[in-house]
Amino acid sequence: MPKFIPYHRMPEKGLLPAVMVYGPGIRIWHWLNALSVVVLAITGYFIGIPPPSAIGDTSSLYVMGWIRLLHLAFGYTFALLAIMRLWLVFAEGGISHQLFLPAIWRKVWFDGFLRQIQWNLLLGGPLRYVGLNPLANVAMLTMFVIPGAIIILTGFAMYAEVTGHDSWQYLLFGWVTMLFGNTLDLHVFHRLAMWVMVWFSMAHIYIAVREDILSRQTVVSTMLSGERQFRD
Amino acid sequence: MSKHETFYDVIRQRGVSRREFLGFCAVTATTLGLGPAGAMTVAHAMETKPRIPVLWLHGLECTCCSESFLRSGHPQASEIITSMISLDYDDVIMAAAGDQAEEIVHDIIRDYRGEYILAIEGNIPLANDGMCCIVGGRPFRQQFDEAAKHAKAIIAWGTCASSGCVQAARPNPTKATPVHKLVSHVPVINVPGCPPIAEVMTGVLSYILTYDRLPELDNQLRPKMFYSQRVHDKCYRRAHFDAGQFVEKWDDDGARQGWCLYKMGCRGPTTYNACASMGWNEGTSFPIKSGHGCIGCSEEGYFDRGPFYERLPDMQQWGVESNADKIAVAGAAVLGSAIAIQTGATLVKRILTGKSLKDTPIEDAPETPGNQK
Repeated sequence: MPKFIPYHRMPEKGLLPAVMVYGPGIRIWHWLNALSVVVLAITGYFIGIPPPSAIGDTSSLYVMGWIRLLHLAFGYTFALLAIMRLWLVFAEGGISHQLFLPAIWRKVWFDGFLRQIQWNLLLGGPLRYVGLNPLANVAMLTMFVIPGAIIILTGFAMYAEVTGHDSWQYLLFGWVTMLFGNTLDLHVFHRLAMWVMVWFSMAHIYIAVREDILSRQTVVSTMLSGERQFRD
Repeated sequence: MSKHETFYDVIRQRGVSRREFLGFCAVTATTLGLGPAGAMTVAHAMETKPRIPVLWLHGLECTCCSESFLRSGHPQASEIITSMISLDYDDVIMAAAGDQAEEIVHDIIRDYRGEYILAIEGNIPLANDGMCCIVGGRPFRQQFDEAAKHAKAIIAWGTCASSGCVQAARPNPTKATPVHKLVSHVPVINVPGCPPIAEVMTGVLSYILTYDRLPELDNQLRPKMFYSQRVHDKCYRRAHFDAGQFVEKWDDDGARQGWCLYKMGCRGPTTYNACASMGWNEGTSFPIKSGHGCIGCSEEGYFDRGPFYERLPDMQQWGVESNADKIAVAGAAVLGSAIAIQTGATLVKRILTGKSLKDTPIEDAPETPGNQK
């Protein structure tokens, strides 16, 4: 797989050779990340709005404790996966850098962006790309990467509140609380960022399936095999 | 008032025995977390160091801080503390009034330049040239500026002085501004709470007297010894939180059993204060112990983070009663509708144009894969 495949739109007609776009690292990352997002969203929702009260003896129940443990464990996983994802940009190349850096300065990219909007308004036909389509790229950056960064920062800042002033979490992330003043805002932003990511998941899954059906290129299976195949 | 008069001299004159004095020192040392040897350090400081002159000024406030301070729990503490510091000016409790009283402020600033502690209760309204708070015929802003300029340190009592409190709540018509935003060259200690716990107030003063320096502060200028943990961290109902047992209604069985008030909007998890460990009124109780959630009174902007009985605060930027989850549901509904409309429109278009996979003639497909047409 070549290093750093730039943004590239394919001809609209014709059967084209398949291109390897995702290395094994990116594919493993994607599915582990999807799993941790699901676990984090569910446990996180219940930390904010707990499930109905557990009935039984307090000394033997640990419902919120386990929910928090899962959330914290997958929170660490999510953060480590984020670091892994950044490392993979350099380790595996391919189109993995496009997630963080849409080629907005290139005219062909912006043209593709407008064409992609038209296609989603059912004007014009589907387009094919080697890498990410510009609209998806913008959505991934604004609705996944940025909220993800906010979630990691605010998440560790809240964890620093638990571990205390002497912890490394406080040393590294204590300043985040300063941006908000009232730590309640920190919690609310964490939750809002989660909802943005839930919206992203809705759009992401729907569009992936839709494009796979209509756009004469593989999208869903590309994240399994790493190969983008083109149909006629 | 002699400059060399010590605190010990004063309380002996008042008839407090040495035994009672040492008892006070021990309690103070324990409150401050100084360890067994700390009591003698406190006692030594009180016997040898001159009393600190304190100017206690009142801005835009409700005097609840003073009320709390005067009810400091340990027997005689209020008397001891008020003699320990030389509380030269506090318009709530002093006998002097009028020009005579205002004279004291000038005298202290002149005689103890750079040595006195300025205690500010309430905040400073800046709107309309400070006309929303007039003290002695002048805007409080002027009195504050004069006193703050030559102070050794400023103690900002209560949430008003620390971060604005109720009078700085949106839309803040008087432009009430907390102390630390108006002072640049003098150290400020924030002691938030509405009001702060009495023993926290006396503890901060005792520390300054004992060590002749300010206590260690966190990044919001609060003394770490009292404000480094959340109410939630030390809450005696924490076990019910971890177990997942919550009060769901004010009159349900959980409320009777003393379960966690998290779902009733308790702000304990987001509030830094010592209520859960020190308690109020000589350690008698604190809000959660009496069955009501914490409202987060020692946090910045707490009054704009209501309603106090709901877990998620209102986000008035998006409408009066919206909160994070309502915004999320609205967003998801819009997105879901868009998806449904696009899917439906795509299907309709396909049906109308008569285009489907069946129409693709098999013969047109190239024989070898990868063959470009």
